[in-house]
Amino acid sequence: MTTTPSSAAGEPAVDSVLAADHGLTGEEFGGLCDLLGRSPTWTELGIASALYSEHCSYKSSRIHLRRFPTRSPRVVHGPGENAGVVDIGHGWVAAFKMESHNHPSFIEPYQGAATGVGGILRDVFTMGARPIACLDSLRFGEIDGERGARMRHLVDGVVRGIGDYGNCVGIPTVGGETGFHPSYNGNILVNAFALGVCREDRIFTATASGAGNPILYAGSRTGRDGIHGATMASEAFDAESEAKRPTVQVGDPFTEKVLLEASLEAMRSGVVLGVQDMGAAGLTSSCFEMAARGGAGVDIDLDQVPLREASLTPYEIMLSESQERMVFVTQRGQEEAVVEILSRWGLEASKIGRVTDSGRARLTFRGRTVADMPVEPLVDGAPVYDRPASPPADLRERQRAVDCEAPEDPLRALRSLLGTPELGDKTWIHRQYDSTVRSNTIVGPGSDAAVLRLKGTPSALALTSDVNPSYCWLEPRMGGRQAVAEAVRNLATVGAEPVGMTNCLNFGSPENPGIAWQLRECIEGMAEACRAFDVPVISGNVSLYNETEGEAVHPTPTVAIVGVIDRLRGLGTEGDLHLVLGCGFWRPGDRVVLLGSDTGEYGGSAYQRLLQRVEAGRPPAVDLEAEAALCALLRYSRRAGWLSGCHDLADGGLLVALAECAMARGIGLRGAVGCGPLALFSESQARAIVTVPAARTEELLAAAETSGVAASEIGEVGGDRLVLDFDGGTVDSATDDLRRVWTEALPRAVG
Amino acid sequence: MKCGIVVFPGSNCDHDVYHVLSHVLEQETTFLWHQETSLEGCELVVLPGGFSYGDYLRAGSMAAHSPIMAAVRRHAEAGGRVLGICNGFQMLLETGLLPGAMRRNRDLRFLSVDVHLRVERDDLAWCSHYRRGDVLRMPVAHAEGNYVDTGEALDELERRGQVVFRYVDAAGRREPAANLNGSERAIAGICNAGGNVLGLMPHPERCAEEMLGNRDGLGLLAGAVAGGGRVGALAAAGGQGR
Repeated sequence: MTTTPSSAAGEPAVDSVLAADHGLTGEEFGGLCDLLGRSPTWTELGIASALYSEHCSYKSSRIHLRRFPTRSPRVVHGPGENAGVVDIGHGWVAAFKMESHNHPSFIEPYQGAATGVGGILRDVFTMGARPIACLDSLRFGEIDGERGARMRHLVDGVVRGIGDYGNCVGIPTVGGETGFHPSYNGNILVNAFALGVCREDRIFTATASGAGNPILYAGSRTGRDGIHGATMASEAFDAESEAKRPTVQVGDPFTEKVLLEASLEAMRSGVVLGVQDMGAAGLTSSCFEMAARGGAGVDIDLDQVPLREASLTPYEIMLSESQERMVFVTQRGQEEAVVEILSRWGLEASKIGRVTDSGRARLTFRGRTVADMPVEPLVDGAPVYDRPASPPADLRERQRAVDCEAPEDPLRALRSLLGTPELGDKTWIHRQYDSTVRSNTIVGPGSDAAVLRLKGTPSALALTSDVNPSYCWLEPRMGGRQAVAEAVRNLATVGAEPVGMTNCLNFGSPENPGIAWQLRECIEGMAEACRAFDVPVISGNVSLYNETEGEAVHPTPTVAIVGVIDRLRGLGTEGDLHLVLGCGFWRPGDRVVLLGSDTGEYGGSAYQRLLQRVEAGRPPAVDLEAEAALCALLRYSRRAGWLSGCHDLADGGLLVALAECAMARGIGLRGAVGCGPLALFSESQARAIVTVPAARTEELLAAAETSGVAASEIGEVGGDRLVLDFDGGTVDSATDDLRRVWTEALPRAVG
Repeated sequence: MKCGIVVFPGSNCDHDVYHVLSHVLEQETTFLWHQETSLEGCELVVLPGGFSYGDYLRAGSMAAHSPIMAAVRRHAEAGGRVLGICNGFQMLLETGLLPGAMRRNRDLRFLSVDVHLRVERDDLAWCSHYRRGDVLRMPVAHAEGNYVDTGEALDELERRGQVVFRYVDAAGRREPAANLNGSERAIAGICNAGGNVLGLMPHPERCAEEMLGNRDGLGLLAGAVAGGGRVGALAAAGGQGR
């Protein structure tokens, strides 16, 4: 079939103006014409615009992403697959990835967030891995008062959307984070992470190979929803964004669940060669990416694609982002076995084409060739931009040193902080998510790191996601470092060794040199930390153009790191593991030891932002060597079985961390520190508090000294009050009273 | 005891129950596909949690019409043991094997949290590892667990002692604040008149192992497979097997 593709009657003639409407620059359009040796058809233009979109091509970030280390002896599949895969021992591998669904969630929060979860779950199970956990990193704007009405609606919709989808599919949401900052008033962030596990010999890749092998379409029918979703996600918002509501996909978690089961069963059948879900840019990206990975071509008969409405055009079929759809490549002649499995799960399947050795994607529709494009140059040869980058004009102003006033009454300051949605208890959110299904959850949401046992092995996985957008805004490189350092530290609190990282880089428009600089700097800082901690980046996602009418979000490079605890036994008595690995005080008489040093750092701190209403200065410095020493000490102490609990110092500093430990079970602390009232809120990094039985204190202090980590015993667990002497006074409060302020903060704010 | 776990499209707690029955309690356990019509000789049939058929229409309503449910009904009517957990409880209500219905939770939100349950009967095999008045901690995870029936029917249920578990506070007291989904009379689990069919909203299979920090649910599943034979015989034997 060598018919030159042509546009059909009624389809617009393609020229550079129309291409510009599709987001293609003049240069990109010229390159496309050269590649084809002619003008593209209407369908081809749609395909190219999707593949060249920022969302699919990473054209503005690719050059920076190369900075990340991506290899380690544990890495099985690095970036480029649907999800990265690492070896977690005992014959098992973990596949995981994080992805943004920011733009759709702002337009339609319930469906936007739900389909974000659906998409990331499919990315994981297309690798042959059974999803076992989700995390969600959410950023919202101001939710207080009249101005916050829309934001409260978004919070409610996003949380319901995530919950209804994940709960129905039966994947526990075991953690994540939720932050609030005015920079997200016009663009919220919804970053969904999923992790799956499988036997190491059961991993699949999204590869189309073997000329003549059939391509099967499975799952939901193709409709008009989500057309140009990838392109929308690559644009800034303006006053007309509301009109884009129809480009938000609609999810069906029940179909996802049966697609998950059917796909895993089909993959076990032995006749499936490659699998790919249809995510951003739908059939376009799945066909092109599978073919590109296999160095192959594909012939697709669009008449065979199951449609919701017969009137869909080839252009719409190729760009629809209808959810819960998959593509399978099977052994020739074996497709019926897969069709049978799918139909037993009540899913429709259709043979839509075959793999070729032409290196081209040829699409036919009603006897006409509608597209004939070279695969590899379009996928791997997508444009790469080194966008001009320079520090934002107001950077000096941001970084100006400001004095932080000491609190007159540290208890009042503590209560104020605990009463903000930012630092308040997030149970209102967590309890809308099933966190215990699959019966692996040892430590669930609300702790430094979630811990999941791996059935049939002595080990466990630990998961966390972190980023401090204020730090990143004040000094992107330090913020990038800090995000990785905090995640590694969170894993160390439960004794886990980091084995791989994924990330979601949320920024404004890269066409703004100040934003491009932030992107580059954040990545550089993250990469430095990844190298220092030996953590490979195995997957990730970039979300740019998070801005509305020129107002960009704070740079938010969300980091999720997965860690392995080789042996759970030894960390504590089996029945106490959930307490030992959590971060709350639980055993009266335990000694509280503070690890790490404070240098009084307040730039971008919760105290400065939320109480002093300033966001300025330099964020806390991240000393990677000090972090590594602390983490090594924590892991060592965990393995030795000394620790009965551990909590890292993060937003809000020492006093907030102690309060969190005390509020967890209402068991308090009697202690003393040698610092003044302001230092109780300093956010110096590389610090943690641990609890140990009195008999183990000496050993811990000695180990700390050997490791070069400052350590001091600051008190004893017990009673129902948090009592802490500091230089110049005492903080003394009933834990119940703090708990009330803390637990009421978010429910009150969301109304 | 041979145990069968029915798998409906959308079941998602099937593997969890399987794990406890097969690996923890070491019972012969098999999955039963919803389109089959035989229980393959299983003595205990478990209808697991999840979102069967997406819970479209009403939770559990479509599963109640699955081909296998005719066999489950015959099994129940012959005195065989049937355990419905969460979505499985909803199915038992939809099939009429247990009385009553479920509404959306009181605050109209999905509820994933640990609750406390008071054991109201210990003369059933199910509860043979518990004593009446024991307070158990178990996770719930549902959007429609707000049990309802007419006042008369509820009185009848109480009179016949069919209320097996109630939501209480940690001290075992019936407090409105402890009845989070708003169920009538704080009902968390009920049985049929014969005592061989039990439905409950909380998930015993998620709290049956030391490592997960809570084994309160193990007794229920151990009771479910205790003794074998007819439940009636075990009921007469009281709390044996504790």
